[in-house]
Amino acid sequence: MGSTAALAVDMRQIAKRFGAVHANRDVNLRVAAGTVHGIVGENGAGKSTLMSILYGFYQADSGDIAIEGAPARITGSSVAIALGIGMVHQHFMLVDTLSALDNVMLGAEPGWRLQAARAQVRAQLDVLMRDTGLQVNLDALVSALPVGERQRLEILKALYRGARILILDEPTAVLTPQETEALFDTLRGLRARGTTILLITHKLKEIMALCDAVTVMRQGAVVLDCVIKDTSIDGLAEAMVGRHVNLGRVLADSGKAAQPGAVLLQASGLHWTDTLGVARLRDVSLTLRAGEIVGVAGVSGNGQSELLDVLSGLMAPTQGALQVGDTAYTPAHWMSTRVARQRRIAHVPEDRHRRGLVLPFAAWESAVLGYQSLKRYSRGFWQGRWMRQQVMRDDTATMMERYDVRPRNPELRSSKFSGGNQQKLVLAREALHEPQVLLVGQPTRGVDIGAIEFIHGRIRAMRDAGGAVLVVSSELDEILALADRVVVMNAGRITGELAIEQCTESALGRLMGGAH
Amino acid sequence: MDVALLPVVNLALALIVSGIVVTLVGFNPLQVLTLLVKGALGSQAGISYTLYYATTFICTGLAVAVAFHGGLFNIGGEGQAVMGGLGAGLAALAWSAQLPAWLMLPIMVLAAALFGGVWGAVPGALQAWRGSHTVITTIMFNFIAAALLSYLLVSGLKEPGNMTPESRAFAPSAHMPGMHEALAAFGIAWPRTPLNLTLLLALGAALLCYLGLWKSQPGYALRAVGFAPDAALYAGMQPKTLMVVSMAASGALAGLVGVNEIAGVHGRLLPDFVAGAGFAGIAVSLIGRNHPVGIVLASLLFGVLYQGGSELAFEINGFSRDMVFMLQGLIVLFAGAMAQVAAPLLFKAWRAAGGGRARG
Repeated sequence: MGSTAALAVDMRQIAKRFGAVHANRDVNLRVAAGTVHGIVGENGAGKSTLMSILYGFYQADSGDIAIEGAPARITGSSVAIALGIGMVHQHFMLVDTLSALDNVMLGAEPGWRLQAARAQVRAQLDVLMRDTGLQVNLDALVSALPVGERQRLEILKALYRGARILILDEPTAVLTPQETEALFDTLRGLRARGTTILLITHKLKEIMALCDAVTVMRQGAVVLDCVIKDTSIDGLAEAMVGRHVNLGRVLADSGKAAQPGAVLLQASGLHWTDTLGVARLRDVSLTLRAGEIVGVAGVSGNGQSELLDVLSGLMAPTQGALQVGDTAYTPAHWMSTRVARQRRIAHVPEDRHRRGLVLPFAAWESAVLGYQSLKRYSRGFWQGRWMRQQVMRDDTATMMERYDVRPRNPELRSSKFSGGNQQKLVLAREALHEPQVLLVGQPTRGVDIGAIEFIHGRIRAMRDAGGAVLVVSSELDEILALADRVVVMNAGRITGELAIEQCTESALGRLMGGAH
Repeated sequence: MDVALLPVVNLALALIVSGIVVTLVGFNPLQVLTLLVKGALGSQAGISYTLYYATTFICTGLAVAVAFHGGLFNIGGEGQAVMGGLGAGLAALAWSAQLPAWLMLPIMVLAAALFGGVWGAVPGALQAWRGSHTVITTIMFNFIAAALLSYLLVSGLKEPGNMTPESRAFAPSAHMPGMHEALAAFGIAWPRTPLNLTLLLALGAALLCYLGLWKSQPGYALRAVGFAPDAALYAGMQPKTLMVVSMAASGALAGLVGVNEIAGVHGRLLPDFVAGAGFAGIAVSLIGRNHPVGIVLASLLFGVLYQGGSELAFEINGFSRDMVFMLQGLIVLFAGAMAQVAAPLLFKAWRAAGGGRARG
C-alpha cells in the first residue's frame, strides 16, 4: 500500500528478545501517513514491545526504522518526540494535583518564567483545541476531570509536543460507549488533518469501526497485515488465536433462555461510604436467583468493585441488608468471607494478582487459598491446624485437569502461569467446592481469546447447573455474551436493569453515563 | 539452582574481595584463610566455640526470618534478645534458690521467650493498628531494652557492694548444662567451653519454624499475609493479628539468645551480653534465604567467622579483628544487599551449560 514516501512509519525486520522470550521476530510494520492503523494481538503477542521500540523505550536487537521516509535511530522517548511521535498510555501519565494547563506544559515549558509561559501555552492550546475539537478545561485540576476529558488532555499534550504520529494504547478501556464514539470522532478529525494514528486494542469492533488498515500479531510475529475492508471481526479473531473462536452469545444447552429459580441471595439498600466520606455505593439492591447470570455493566470505578467486596463478605456496608437463604445479615453483623464460603458463596476477585492468588506460592498453595482450613485439608493435633498437603496437591491436579490449566504442574509458582491459566486456576478453585452463588469480577481481564471462550463456557455451565452467577465486567461485549439480565451502575447507584433482550449498546451506554 | 548455588557464589565473591584487601594490607590471604578455618574448626575447642556462636545466630536469624515471612522487617532482635536475657535472669533471681534445675530451666526458657515475645509483639501491634513501621519501632525498642536493662541493673539488681553493674550469681539450678557436662554424662570427653545445651534448643526451634511456616495453617496464612495482604484478606485471614503473632514469635526466638548467654554462660544478669548478635541475625537470615536450613548453615558460617576471627587476631601480629568484621561486612554486602547482582550472569552461564533445558 502506497509508496515508501507516503509511509509515516516503516519498521523493517524488527527483532527483540528478553532473555529466552522472543518478543518480536522480524516484524514489519508499514503505516501510511494520515491513516488510522490498528494493531491487535493477545497479551504477550508483542504489540506493546513493538510500540515501545517505536517510542524509544526499548532498542530493537536488529531491524531498521524509518519515520516519514527518513531512517531513524530512536534511542529514547525524547528522540521519538522530536521525530513527531506521541504516545497516549493506557494508564494516563498525568499529575493529579496540577491543572490541565500545567500538565501540558510540564517538561515542555517555553521559558522559565511560569506566568508568561502559561499565557503562551494557553494561546497555543486554544488554537489547537479549536482546530481539533479536543475540548479540555485547562484551569481544572486533573483530579477533577472526568476520565474522557483526561484522555483528551493526554492527546492534546502529545499534539502540543508536535506529534504527527500518535500511538494510542487501549484508549477505550475506561470509556463508556458514548465517550468512545466521541473519541473516535476526534480521531477521525485528526486523521483528516493528516495525523497518523496507531491504535493498539483488543476490541476488534473498534478496529473495524475506525481503522484503515490492521496488523495482527501472534507470538511476536505478524500473522496478518491488510486493509480493513479485506477482513472481518471473525477473520481478525481467528488470526489472533490461530484457530476459530466463538465469542458471541451461546444459548443454554436446551436452546431456551435461562429459567431463573429460587432466590439465593438478596441484597437491599446497600450503602457504603469510604474513609474519605465519599459514597461509593448508594441504595444498591440486587437479587440473585438460581440458574441465571446477572451482569453488572458500568465504567470501572462506579461502585462495582465495592459491590463485589460487600457481597463476598470482604467488607460490611454502612447501611443495608443481605439475605442469604434463611439468614439475614446487617451491617453490624455482616457475613465474613469465611462464612460466605461456608454458605457456598464463591468469589473470583477482579484482581487475581493481588487477591486471587499469592504469586510467589506454588500453584497448589494458591489453589487452596480461602479454603485452607477446610476439614478436608486439615489434620492432627492443635485443632487440626496441620495441612494435608497431599490432598491439596491432588485437588490442584484435579482442578488443572478440569479447567485445562497449563502447564499441569501443581508445584510451579503461581506467577509463572499466563494470565489465562491463572484465571482458570482461580475459577477452578472456586468451582471445586460447588458454590451456589458465584461472584465473578472481570472474568477475562488480561486473558487471551482462547481462554476467554473456555472461561465463558465454564461460567455458563455453572449457571446451567443451577448456580446464581454475578458477573462484573467493564467489557460490554462480555456482559452481552454472558448475562441473562443486566444491571448498570453509575456513581455507586444502579441506574437501570434490563433483560438481555432489551440490551442495546446505546441503551446500556446511556445508563452507564448516568441517565435513568 | 538459585537456592543453593547463589549463596555459594556470593560467598566466594566476598572471600575473593576480602582476599584482595588482605593482600593490600600486606598479609598472605591464603595463610589468613587457612588460619581462620583452622582456628574455627581445627580443634575440639575451636569447633565448640564455633557452635556456641552459631547457637546465638540461629536464634536471631530465625527471628528475622519468621518476621520476614509475615512481611515485616524485624531489626529489633538485639533488644528482644536483651529482654529475653532479662526475663531468664529475673526468673532465675526469683526462684533459682528454691526450684530444681528440671523445673528452673524450662521456666527460664519460657520467661526468655515471653519477654522477647512481648518486646516483639508491641512493635507488631503498633504496625498493625497504628501504622508505625516496624523498622523504626523495633530499632527504637533496642535502645529502650538496653536502657531498661542498665537501669534495672544499676538501681535494684546490682549486688550490694559490687562496683560492676551485675546481678548476684544464680543458684546452680539456673545453669544450662555445658556441652562438656552433657557429653561427660555419656562418657565422652570434651573441652570446657561456653557451648551449652541451648544449641539443641536452637536446632529444635529451627525445626519448629520449618514445620510451623510450611506445614501448618497459621504458617500458610502468615506467608500469605507476607506476600499478598489483600489475598490474605480475601482468604478470610486476619493480617493484623497474624502480624502481631509473627512479631511475637520473632521476638521469642531472639529472646532465646538470653538463655544461651545468661543461663548457659554467665550465670548472672549483666549488660551487653548480646553484643550485636541481633544485627548479625539479619545477615544470617539473608544468606540463609530466610529458610531454617539455610539459617542453620549460615549460622555455622558466621560462627566460623567469629571464632576463626578471634584466633586470627591472636595468631597474626598486627591483624586486628576489624579485618574479620570487614569480611563479615563484605559477606553481608554480597549475599544480602547485592544478592541478585551475580544472578543474571550465573543464569546465563547455567543456561549455556545446558542446565536450562529441563526447566527453562
